Amino acid sequence: MADVKKVATRQSYGEELVELGKEHDDFVVLDADLAAATKTGLFKAAFPDRHVDCGIAEQDLMGIAAGIAAAGHTVFASSFAMFAAGRAFEQVRNSIGYPHLNVKIGATHAGLSVGEDGATHQCCEDIALMRTIPGMTVIVPSDDVEARAATRAAYEMDGPVYLRFCRLATPVVNDRPDYDFKVGKAYVLREGTDVTIVACGLMVEQALEAARQLEASGVSAEVINAPTVKPLDAETIVASARKTGRVVTAEEHSVIGGLGSAVCDVLSEQHPVPVRKVGVEDTFGESGPAVEVLKKYGLTAEHVAEAALSLVK
Amino acid sequence: MAEGTAAPDFQELARIARRVRQQIVIGVHAAKSGHPGGSLGAADIMTYLYFHEMNVDPKNPRDPKRDRFVLSKGHCAPALYGTLAERGFFPVEDIPTLRHVGSHLQGHPNMNDTPGVDMSTGSLGQGVSAAVGMALAAKLWGDDYRTYTLLGDGEIQEGQVWEAAMFAGSHHLDNLCVIVDNNNLQIDGTIEQVNSPYPIADKFRAFNFHVIEVADGNDMTQLAPAFEEARQTKGAPTAIVCKTVKGKGVSFMENQVGWHGKAPNDEQFEQAMAELAGEE
Repeated sequence: MADVKKVATRQSYGEELVELGKEHDDFVVLDADLAAATKTGLFKAAFPDRHVDCGIAEQDLMGIAAGIAAAGHTVFASSFAMFAAGRAFEQVRNSIGYPHLNVKIGATHAGLSVGEDGATHQCCEDIALMRTIPGMTVIVPSDDVEARAATRAAYEMDGPVYLRFCRLATPVVNDRPDYDFKVGKAYVLREGTDVTIVACGLMVEQALEAARQLEASGVSAEVINAPTVKPLDAETIVASARKTGRVVTAEEHSVIGGLGSAVCDVLSEQHPVPVRKVGVEDTFGESGPAVEVLKKYGLTAEHVAEAALSLVK
Repeated sequence: MAEGTAAPDFQELARIARRVRQQIVIGVHAAKSGHPGGSLGAADIMTYLYFHEMNVDPKNPRDPKRDRFVLSKGHCAPALYGTLAERGFFPVEDIPTLRHVGSHLQGHPNMNDTPGVDMSTGSLGQGVSAAVGMALAAKLWGDDYRTYTLLGDGEIQEGQVWEAAMFAGSHHLDNLCVIVDNNNLQIDGTIEQVNSPYPIADKFRAFNFHVIEVADGNDMTQLAPAFEEARQTKGAPTAIVCKTVKGKGVSFMENQVGWHGKAPNDEQFEQAMAELAGEE
């Protein structure tokens, strides 16, 4: 698999913004002195008059975004996930969420795969924070194809959206002709009968690899990619749980409040089955190369397979 | 362009401000909660904005060309609601539903509930950023509307206010007018006792604002030239720092911090309404 194309979803975000900019002139892109890293710098280079750098002031960034949206325009507001969802949480809740404004938050550098910058920048709480805001759509793309589609879908839909992107280049998993991204839809990437693995973000690739490992052990795993954590595609997930009777969730986020919790919310009410959540346990991360950090904190195919086996045996 | 091209009729404006104050007292009394002190103190500023300075149309509250107002000190919603009702955005009969379940008059303003409210506010420090966003949007899309925002003097203890001020000054948003309601009181005492933001005017100057100080922000003959100067100022946003009296117009509420967030009882309500009745 050495020739698989690898792209960081933040790169996809920046490039798709440029494509959208060529087609539409009714939106602006804001950043907080991180345009080079969030890749909105690509948009800035192409459309300097439609990119505004708010400086290192994320609370004000979200408020300005709200004001532009209240004036009738669409805004993409970018920073690292830690600052967009964390530092500016209350601005997002009260100035964007409550009035249900057309602000699309492009949060990059989410999760442990930030790597070397360490725990202060490894935001593993953003999905939990954002999905509690009424009316907020939360999307965690799994690859280049999905990140581009999600960026476009966020522009096209009404209301606030939280888009979660990563720094680390990851393999393309959705490069098939029938791929058709829709907000709120989960995708069965591989059918199976013994256990369901629901994943988002860079853990989708790990879930697929886990399914291959499980197959070698005689276990048939169904893999579901759930890019929209909110609103979650309950129908697809419950249908799979009815078939397999066991569910593993996998996400680059705290096991508290993220995709795993969202899946449990649905299953506990509609079809209770045993669930194992693979994610960042209740702990902070640490510095190191992304792949090594992910491995140390249990975010690999092996960990997903292990969780699945523990349910099956 | 503002409506204020004609000379203001100060007698008529004073009569309107008195009616706005009545609506504030009616609303807060009916709600049995709310913030009468700051609302009464800001009633003259609000009246001047909506009845002389700003270009707004109650029949078309979402007109893209309208001037914008953001009540950054959102707890003074009774003043905004009283002003909007008197201006004709919704019936004055709605005022007693303030803070009641099912009412469009929320404890703090929500743009999707109440006609004429341009931004949802209430969490201090956030409205000013939204106002900056509106002013920036006007610049980006070549619109000539102006944006006004009213801040409390306690509110400017919030760090976000200065993030917003830095941006507005840095980007020369001369279509933005920030008004500071300097009544000197906040919940826990005077603003100096709690955490002094003084000197307020110098702070805004340092953030590259054109600053106008109004000695009596309850006197519309003093507000008029300040807003005129703000409109004529190019290349920089304007901050109008207005000395006001919290609770203005109701004798027992004036300069009393205890009336920041407390409703009058029935007896106090009758007295307040009698004082605000004037010659009408």
